[in-house]
Amino acid sequence: MADILVYVLHYEGAFNKNSLGAVSEGARLAGELGGEAHAVVVGGDDLTDELCGSLGAHGATKVFRGQGPEGLAQPVVDVMAKVISDNGHAYALFGGGLLGFEIGAGLAARMNAGVTMEVTEVKVDDGKLVASRPILQDSKVSESRYKGDLGVIIGRLNAFEAAERNGGTATVEDVDVELSPWSTKASMVQRGEQRGADVNIEDADILVAGGRGLGKAEGFQLAEALAEALGGAVAATRAVVDAGWYPYSTQIGQTGKTVAPKLYLAAGISGAIQHKVGMQSSENIVAINKDANAPIFEFSDLGIVGDLNKILPKLTEAVKAKKGG
Amino acid sequence: MKICVLVKEVPDAAVEKRIDPSTGRLDRSGEKNLNPFDTHAIEAAMQVKEGGDAEVEEVVAVTMGPESAVRALHKAVSLGADRSVHLTDEALAGSDVAATGYALAKTLERESPDLVLLGQQSDDGECYTIGAVVADHLRMPSLTQVIKMDVQDGKLRCERQAEYGYDTVEVELPAVISVGDAINEPRYPSLKAIMGAKKKPLDTLGAGDAGIEGNRVGEEGSMVECGNFHDPPQKEPGQIIEDEDTDETVEKVVAWLEERKLI
Repeated sequence: MADILVYVLHYEGAFNKNSLGAVSEGARLAGELGGEAHAVVVGGDDLTDELCGSLGAHGATKVFRGQGPEGLAQPVVDVMAKVISDNGHAYALFGGGLLGFEIGAGLAARMNAGVTMEVTEVKVDDGKLVASRPILQDSKVSESRYKGDLGVIIGRLNAFEAAERNGGTATVEDVDVELSPWSTKASMVQRGEQRGADVNIEDADILVAGGRGLGKAEGFQLAEALAEALGGAVAATRAVVDAGWYPYSTQIGQTGKTVAPKLYLAAGISGAIQHKVGMQSSENIVAINKDANAPIFEFSDLGIVGDLNKILPKLTEAVKAKKGG
Repeated sequence: MKICVLVKEVPDAAVEKRIDPSTGRLDRSGEKNLNPFDTHAIEAAMQVKEGGDAEVEEVVAVTMGPESAVRALHKAVSLGADRSVHLTDEALAGSDVAATGYALAKTLERESPDLVLLGQQSDDGECYTIGAVVADHLRMPSLTQVIKMDVQDGKLRCERQAEYGYDTVEVELPAVISVGDAINEPRYPSLKAIMGAKKKPLDTLGAGDAGIEGNRVGEEGSMVECGNFHDPPQKEPGQIIEDEDTDETVEKVVAWLEERKLI
């Protein structure tokens, strides 16, 4: 018997898309292993029987529900350690996202388990799970096999797609866990604060995204002008959002939004993996960067090595002229 | 208050990284440097020390790695750490994330820090998670990817980006905090600090000195076996234009966009 326990994150009564992907993936793998996929949720009263039971649609047969603070990793480690100790799950699975990384790593420490993060593919070999992850800036792929009673697998953002499995409704089992003393020493003051204007970039067909290479907040005017000429919207990297150059709602990547427009034009973006995972499904990727060695050129369809301040204004004029004519 | 900063020696960014086919481990020969992400953790420690909201007696840089890792410690000291601890032992080679976190936690236990700081990731292993492993072993609260950190009444007030926006979290000390690179702009070391770095106290420990159980570290003690390194599915390499004549470049880009009906 090899059951898989999948952590499912929720916020304001809705489950996280990456978590649902992990449940679907867990159900697929458990099917091949001859076991079951179970989900674990931690939170308060908004985790109703109905909401938890709905995870059955993605293939979870049972949902373990623990009471605890939301948005913090260590209370979830406590709940999962208890569930796994009582039920003997062979694997713990997480979708991509910040909390999954923290919970998975903490759980590995607690249970003396192996852990692999940034996993993009999981397969069954000889009755065991093998997790593949890209390494060395995605230039190689490494496969992890697990020793011991438990293996922890943490997916990369968007690696697992949410799919309907004909599971029906999952049964819900409450878990009574006393939190570890150190798990209660962090407390959420404010969760999910939105900073800056609300902009919808997920529906745009064309995005002009700006990074540190724009030099300063005012550099975004060049990106805005080009986006307007192309009939698109403006997006940003985490670095410039954290620097306060552009609003959080435009952020692409690991902790931001995931987009797949027809055209993604990256201006002054190096292409770190945390950014890549949020935009690599775009149909056409154009990158402008002065550093010829920037990783973004490795996954762009058209790369321009040069100075943004020279290229963007002329490109904007040329696009306008073309559209006008 | 004592602050320990975890640092790591990584291959220089300009060196092409590769897997050594004979060991299946990252080839760590060649030019090395202090992990650039760690400089933000040292800077965060210095800002707490200099900020006046807490009395900081000592900032201690801690690393695990081969003999050459001493250079990362010297760099850390030149950036402001008062002394450093080097855990080095053949038995530790090949440790995975969980085993490395265990070994570092045992080393930190000897120091009884009030705050452990580290960078959000290492430039080479790309793991993002060592802080959470260390914290669970030390039984301390923990937070990663912190981009703002203030000490208030003996507690930390931390901000970070999470799945649904910005979170503000209050953390009691002692704690393990991994900082994001947006938290600060690290300072450059002065020439005097660089010259003086080798004179600051350095403790060198073996696994036994730190009370590390041999069967929990190294390749044998690691619970993950990595192997079958292979190339990812290759994407057709894109077209590259070197901008020499910008008018010409722009013409090419517009033509490319038109061809794909994007204009």
